[in-house]
Amino acid sequence: MRRLASVMSLLVLAALALLGGCGGPQFSDAEKKTIASLALNTLPSLKPDTTNRYADVPAAAALGSTLFFDVGMSRDGTVSCSTCHKIDRQFQDDLPQAVGVSRTNRRTMPLAGVARNPWFFWDGRRDSLWAQALTPLENPLEQAGNRAAFAHYIKKRFGERYERIFGPLPDLSTVPANASPLGGDAEKAAWNAMPAGQQEDVNRVYANIGKAIAAFERSIEPAQTRFDRFAIDLATGAAPQGDAAFSPEEILGLKLFIGKANCVTCHNGPRFTDNSFHNTGVPPVNGLPLDRGRVDAVAQVEADPFNCLGKFRDGDESACRELRFMVKDGPQIVRAYKTPSLRGAASRPPYMHAGQFSSLDEVVAHYSRAPPAVEGVSEVHPLDLSDRERTALVAFLKTLSE
Amino acid sequence: MRYAARDVSSRRGTGLASIWRYSLAGLGLAALLVGIVAAVYLTLPQSASGPDTSRSKKTANGLFVASFEPERGVIRQGELQSWLLTLKTAAGVPVEGAAITVSGGMPQHDHGLPTSPQATDYLGEGRYRIDGVKFTMSGWWQLRFAISAAAGSDSVVFNVVL
Ligand SMILES: [Cu+2]
Repeated sequence: MRRLASVMSLLVLAALALLGGCGGPQFSDAEKKTIASLALNTLPSLKPDTTNRYADVPAAAALGSTLFFDVGMSRDGTVSCSTCHKIDRQFQDDLPQAVGVSRTNRRTMPLAGVARNPWFFWDGRRDSLWAQALTPLENPLEQAGNRAAFAHYIKKRFGERYERIFGPLPDLSTVPANASPLGGDAEKAAWNAMPAGQQEDVNRVYANIGKAIAAFERSIEPAQTRFDRFAIDLATGAAPQGDAAFSPEEILGLKLFIGKANCVTCHNGPRFTDNSFHNTGVPPVNGLPLDRGRVDAVAQVEADPFNCLGKFRDGDESACRELRFMVKDGPQIVRAYKTPSLRGAASRPPYMHAGQFSSLDEVVAHYSRAPPAVEGVSEVHPLDLSDRERTALVAFLKTLSE
Repeated sequence: MRYAARDVSSRRGTGLASIWRYSLAGLGLAALLVGIVAAVYLTLPQSASGPDTSRSKKTANGLFVASFEPERGVIRQGELQSWLLTLKTAAGVPVEGAAITVSGGMPQHDHGLPTSPQATDYLGEGRYRIDGVKFTMSGWWQLRFAISAAAGSDSVVFNVVL
């Protein structure tokens, strides 16, 4: 009997040895490869932005930083980029919908790694970081300014700094105090009365404001997390030390994330995003204007005079391939929204493009249930995850915020 | 593997008792388990039937022979890349002046391509640059080319698995 017990215990030991040495986390080679592809150390260095020749000019980034935090960059002097993109809150505001001069219809996006995006906003209605930065400045719900007023303001407050970076400011003496092609009736009329050359002068100053802000934002990059330390140890075969060790629940969550739950299909690469647009059946918010996502953004980015194909781009047109080859129609872009990065997500509820879900539990429950979309077709299918599996996924997601 | 298994049963029967023998039995069992795991793994249906990923094939109606290769040799997930579509007649003559449209998607995910690739340049010898190709996720992708040339119209589908 003792002998049999010995044989049996050896058998168990052999099985354990096969299932993995020393009780450590166990992953297949394919899983290990996927985990390594998500680690921050695989993030390539930031590519130059040839459409913004000031992108890596320190003085431009410094001016951009000043403008980013300057409430003078708004109609009533109360709102800056940092009103919604709060520096101590991952450059977001914890609100379901951003509030500038008034309440908007979209969730503020965090900025870590933003310069790596091919498309900006939840629907990709801008195609460069500098063109993005210009949009809230004139949005009546956000900074609510107008480009003529911004040009005057730059000349008055930052003229010398501006000219050291961008060269001489144009003569603004006959430019109306308030004018923009996107403003109210009076501002539009004032804009339309300006000679084309003057409009272009103002647009040039305006574009440079965006280029300075973009130069600053390029420095905002994702930070290493517990997951990254775990992934490096897994890749090198080192035993994870201290908080780099994952609990069994976190390991289960990671396995689900890259396996059965299919999260990694879209949340891939070191930023946990495929930089693309998907309809995942997220419900609309009552009381907000009709929101159809990517399908309505296509015309907006094409019409934007500050897009890559416009005259304010630096460098050559070869930088404009995302715009040139973008998908312009089809059912797949109806109510499609950008895949957000999941880095830091656990510590910045609420979630989705209009803050529809107040916790990660709700997000995971949504993807597990996969309800049909109100318009278009949801790409996600029911997973029927158990309570334990949903909790494990949330536990794993938290390792991207620690 | 079968030998190892028999070894265990025979040992139990004869009652030989040395730690060395038990260790050997353990190793034998380990080998048996490896064998079973390997056998199960190798016979899983996924590895048996993948899509045809050949980079050169006849078009659907046999009008052309098409080859499709990444221009820089490697596929990088998430990057806009250019590919080369080379068209020859069945007799091996390069096809010039072809009008090419591109469509596709991921058949297992029910979605189309994340970009709209286009034939942007004719490079001679039947080679066409297909620019704006981007694979945003791993899995099975299909690219379908509708080709119109002097010889007629035909189509071809290439599978790319990342
Ligand atoms: Cu897919």
